[in-house]
Amino acid sequence: MSEAQQNGDEAMTVIGISFGNANSSLSFTGSDGNVDLIPNQDGDRSIPSALAYVGEDEYHGLQAKAQLIRNSTNTVVNFRDFIGKSFSDIDPTYSHRSARPVEQEGVVGYKIVTSSEEGAEPEFVSVSEIAKRHLLRLKGSAEDFLGKALTGAVITVPTDFTPKQREELNAIATSAGIHVLQIVPEPVSALLAYDAATHGAFPKDRIVVVVDFGYTRSDGAVIAVRGGMYTVLATAHNYELGGASLDDSLADHFAKEFEKKNGIDPRKESARSIAKLLAECEITRKTLSASNSATISIESLAGGFDFHSNINRLRFEMLARKQFDNAVSFVEVLVKKAGLDVLDVDEVVLAGGSSHTPKILDRLQAVFPESTHIAAPSSSAKALNPAELIARGAAVQASLIAGFEQSDIDESLQPVVTNAPHLAKAVGVVVADSKFFPLLESYTAVPVRRSAIFDVPAEGGDVLVGIYEAEREILTHKVERIAKDTTEEDDLDDDDEPFSDEEDEETREKVLKPTTKIAEAVIKGTKTGGKVEVVLNITADLKVSIAVREIGGAAVRGDVPAAEVQK
Amino acid sequence: MTAVLPSAKTGLAEFTSYGALSAHIPRAIEPLGPQYLSHARRMLRGRTWSEDERIQAELNVKSIEDEEVSEDEEEEDAAMLARDPKDWKNQDHYQVLGLSKYRYKATDEQIRRAHRKKVLKHHPDKRAQAGDNEDDGFFKCIQKAMEILSDPVRRRQFDSVDEGANVPAPSKKSKGNFYRQWGAAFEAEGRFSKKTPVPKLGDEKSSKAEVDHFYNFFYSFDSWRTFEYLDEDVPDDSDNRDHKRHIERKNKAARQKHKTEDTARLRKMVDDCLSVDPRMKMFKEAEKKAKEQRKWEREADARKAAEDAKKAKEEAEQKAKEDEEKVKEEREKSKKAKEAAKNAKKKNRRVIKGAVKDANYFVEGAASGAAIDAALNETDSLLEKIDDSALADLVQKLAGQADAAAARGLFAEAASSIGGEWKVFAA
Repeated sequence: MSEAQQNGDEAMTVIGISFGNANSSLSFTGSDGNVDLIPNQDGDRSIPSALAYVGEDEYHGLQAKAQLIRNSTNTVVNFRDFIGKSFSDIDPTYSHRSARPVEQEGVVGYKIVTSSEEGAEPEFVSVSEIAKRHLLRLKGSAEDFLGKALTGAVITVPTDFTPKQREELNAIATSAGIHVLQIVPEPVSALLAYDAATHGAFPKDRIVVVVDFGYTRSDGAVIAVRGGMYTVLATAHNYELGGASLDDSLADHFAKEFEKKNGIDPRKESARSIAKLLAECEITRKTLSASNSATISIESLAGGFDFHSNINRLRFEMLARKQFDNAVSFVEVLVKKAGLDVLDVDEVVLAGGSSHTPKILDRLQAVFPESTHIAAPSSSAKALNPAELIARGAAVQASLIAGFEQSDIDESLQPVVTNAPHLAKAVGVVVADSKFFPLLESYTAVPVRRSAIFDVPAEGGDVLVGIYEAEREILTHKVERIAKDTTEEDDLDDDDEPFSDEEDEETREKVLKPTTKIAEAVIKGTKTGGKVEVVLNITADLKVSIAVREIGGAAVRGDVPAAEVQK
Repeated sequence: MTAVLPSAKTGLAEFTSYGALSAHIPRAIEPLGPQYLSHARRMLRGRTWSEDERIQAELNVKSIEDEEVSEDEEEEDAAMLARDPKDWKNQDHYQVLGLSKYRYKATDEQIRRAHRKKVLKHHPDKRAQAGDNEDDGFFKCIQKAMEILSDPVRRRQFDSVDEGANVPAPSKKSKGNFYRQWGAAFEAEGRFSKKTPVPKLGDEKSSKAEVDHFYNFFYSFDSWRTFEYLDEDVPDDSDNRDHKRHIERKNKAARQKHKTEDTARLRKMVDDCLSVDPRMKMFKEAEKKAKEQRKWEREADARKAAEDAKKAKEEAEQKAKEDEEKVKEEREKSKKAKEAAKNAKKKNRRVIKGAVKDANYFVEGAASGAAIDAALNETDSLLEKIDDSALADLVQKLAGQADAAAARGLFAEAASSIGGEWKVFAA
């Protein structure tokens, strides 16, 4: 240990931990700067957050999850969301088919048999203790893989984690011997990973919707990316939507099929039948994300009968239509909550394992305009694995702050640093044809400095630089249908026709309308083919300094004082 | 594509300010990403954009300059310069690059720089310029060293058999500082560990847990050491496949043998060290002491109980003895008193009887036999009836009485107090 401290930065071994309710992942930044995931001893990169006990033996990850069938009362899953909560606040829905949470002396925990003796009394194990053991296993996996002792970790949590829960998680991690560098919100972590992989250190200014379709829950956030800094505009959570609900719809379908064949409903037969069915449905659903059809086969599902069947993707999408509708409305509500229109969204980043489902991408593409880029593995083979995004972001952040003292990190997390005034409206330059060219978008944190280079008119001469504030407007154009089109369509496609008759074709467009003039500068006698650089500098109290110069020439400078109200 | 600015009408001022920006919205920035770090730095250090850029740029320049700082060069001995490049297998690559004090600890960056420096010095063109002969043997050695040290796999193979980095283990009988001698040997051995950090031997102050961890670590040592470097060259001509395979087999067996030997060697080294480790003796003694202490503590209660019981028993015996003696004493005392009383009574009786005789049996003149009889009879009956205290009283009163009549009066008084008929005394 002492050697590690002496060597300083080089010996820092930091990782990112995505501690999910259903699955956890570990990631690290290699010496070449590439971020990669750390597999556990079984080779899983997505490690189920599950612990199971058989006698004195403890099982973790996939091995523990498999115990849900035979040993459900001693298997603990979905405990992350219970951390730091009182018994009255927890939602035990997803613990229904595993060890149930109980309360003892005001602490939430589980009654688990941890002894192989005959008739041993179940022991009370608190959620904190379970989480600690889980983190200890993760730490062990990471240290085995890296061959070094960890010096720190960045852990991700959902945006709805309360400060108390964060504190509790910090205490748990510390007791597991993990030095927590920082606890970061999941959606921002996912976006950071996405930006680091696709944009580098200076991501473009844009509005991104990050949707994390997990196993037991779905979380979304609208994030404004401004000058490489992330401001969360709105968040939404749905605790019913996720891979589990998709599995349920598949399970219902197969249960009915089994009942038709054998006269037994496996859902009513035994807890073990349900567990077997759900475990296989999860595998089938994942197969359907990659291929068009999948088989399912379960030995001795119920009443001693085996079950074998297959399903194609279309069928699955019909079965889970309600869930997909929910997913779409979840995203629509989220965008509305941020006070935005779908046209304002420049990019959608899908995170979470359930985002592999192709139908989710299809449905979201229908919601957002064509200009919105949606990053999902089903749209492009090169896209990052959505299940890994959150963990990757944590590793990126960990490597960024690894070299700092903990006191420096804590200092930079203070509200005085994180809370910053943001511009209410876009600020930019009016260019030829009265078009608005934004230099700074709305929701940009100040103080800020930004520059842009413009062309001068072809003939040169005096040039006007008008600095304006602008508001976003949505224009609706009606496209009148041409009669000739309709007749042609009649011949081609009968199904489409009723729709096209009912709805008027409409196109919506987002434009920035300059509203308030802030300042004007004039550059005299520019040369033909010259270029003009405009530099905007806005201080924290909204004072604007403007410098305009022709490249190679003298600058025109001026200040705009802040409004009276501000003082 | 850049946007085109509009032309200005004439007569406008160079700069006009119209209105302020609309009120801001307070929001929290998420503390993630490289740009946030710059933001935090600016906020915390109170720097403006341009200041911050300047300071960061200065820092960057400094760190680049640091890299160029040269290290003191190692001497190049003549034997090394005259090496035959064909004999590269036996060459010390680190020494060739002037890195013999770093060896396996040299970073890739150090190797790259050392190589560059050596190339600049020994390049054949340079030497030709200096009028040297055109012997580029050492330059080839440098290239070979770089070829091996820049490839992580081949570097590991060389590090595995790098004699220069080995520190021989001291013999069991060697005198001198145990911790320094064995510590250096184990530190060198630790470089082969797949697991890091490698525990240190420590010193006399190390705790038992630390020492145990150290020995456990080296007993279950997971080594990356390989012996491919010592392989015999496999002929790459294709005319004798059998021979080639034979050599390959031989190499494989040799590697296996080396590995086994190495494992055994390390095991013996740990055994030796453990057997002479002064701390083991210390721990054993400490443990023995602790055990005794524990035993002592555990038995304290029983001992105390036994002591108490013994004490109580002794006390009880003592008490019983004392009681017995007391009773005996009392009994003797009362016996004596009784005897004394008896004697006193006897004496008193004698005195009374004497007094009766002295009083001449209460008659005048010579007493007749009958009178004597009557007086004595009555005296006897009086003595029978009178109690001890009255008797003593009477004796006392009689002591000073020589007069017969007065004595008679006293007798009469005593007799009357008893009651009854007293002829002689009353007469």
